[in-house]
Amino acid sequence: MPSLKDLKNRIGSVKSTRKITKAMQMVAAAKLRRAQEAAEAARPYADKMADVVNGLAASVAGSEGAPKLLAGTGSDQTHLLIVMTAERGLCGGFNSSIVKVARYRAEKLMGEGKTVKILTVGKKGREQLRRDLGAHLVGHIDLSEVKRVGYENAAEISKKVFEMFEAGEFDVATIFYNRFESVISQIPTPRQIIPAVVPEDAATDALYDYEPSEEAILEDLLPRSVTTQIFTALLENGASEQGARMSAMDNATRNAGDMIDRLTIEYNRSRQAAITKELIEIISGAEAL
Amino acid sequence: MAELMQFDLVSPERKLASGQVRAVQIPGAEGDMTAMANHAATITTLRPGVLVSEAPEGNSRFVVTGGFAEISPQGTSVLAERAYPANSEGRAVLEVILQEMRAKAAESSGPEKDRLDKAANDLSRAIESIS
Repeated sequence: MPSLKDLKNRIGSVKSTRKITKAMQMVAAAKLRRAQEAAEAARPYADKMADVVNGLAASVAGSEGAPKLLAGTGSDQTHLLIVMTAERGLCGGFNSSIVKVARYRAEKLMGEGKTVKILTVGKKGREQLRRDLGAHLVGHIDLSEVKRVGYENAAEISKKVFEMFEAGEFDVATIFYNRFESVISQIPTPRQIIPAVVPEDAATDALYDYEPSEEAILEDLLPRSVTTQIFTALLENGASEQGARMSAMDNATRNAGDMIDRLTIEYNRSRQAAITKELIEIISGAEAL
Repeated sequence: MAELMQFDLVSPERKLASGQVRAVQIPGAEGDMTAMANHAATITTLRPGVLVSEAPEGNSRFVVTGGFAEISPQGTSVLAERAYPANSEGRAVLEVILQEMRAKAAESSGPEKDRLDKAANDLSRAIESIS
């Protein structure tokens, strides 16, 4: 049975924990709004880009001179998994769920005899993957200094990816990130970016004039489209992270509240018991006289 | 009165302009062009330059650093790599970009250098035309 002093200290410490989690929840809520706005602002560009690239790709695909980014290298032996996680923890299952999906994919590919390389974006994913897939890590991009994710950050990642691609270090690249559904639901999503995936029904009826040629435009657009997809993933991930943190901290605040209630009851009971005990001692002392 | 068409100017981070316009002057990679309503469907890449949208309520000017434009009979969408309004604020940002571009051109070599040099020259011309 803990003493009254211990209980009091305990209650004090849980109370300050609750204050911290409450503050974190509010900060996450404010950041979430900003992240969501950023993700929405980027949507028109990404949508348009996808439309144009799909239309172009559908008409060029299959022809001899199709760029490698679209047609692939002709093999799918080496896979690059780009795992995007947060730089910080305390956001519930956010990081683990991405890592879990990526790890599952890596194991499946290795089971099929493929080579797997992993590029991590964000510290948390790296920490988790280092334990069992450390040998497959080929690079890391640190965004811990970045306050607000911009297009340049996506460009930095894609530049590294293109360098590797041109050096023939991989055949297929897939990004793993959390798609933002709502504050309480983020869906870990793999998305193949190289070679580009073209939906079946992408071919548009509209006949476009191309200036310069179709191939030249595609050559210019494909890298941009990859960067845009990475950018979209970064923004979605940012919003998901804040959403996950917000609900995790909301839970933590509630749990702390419950714990404080329980401890307070225990504290009051022990105080009452102590008083009763003292009274009994005084009365029996008086009776003995 | 000429017909109006939908015009959108978007950069990866945000939408810069959207509305009904009479015509858009686009700095295409192979020469400037002006798109009006019912223009033949065209996709073109952009070189750094000045983009002008002519709306009934007045013209707006933007400097773009590259990207591409999709023109259809119904409207024009410009997907710019980076775009800034052609005013003194935009100018300050653009001058920084120009310097970066020049520095990058100095580091590279071969066709890449030619490409960057050309882009830098285009951009500096666009910046000069602002004032």
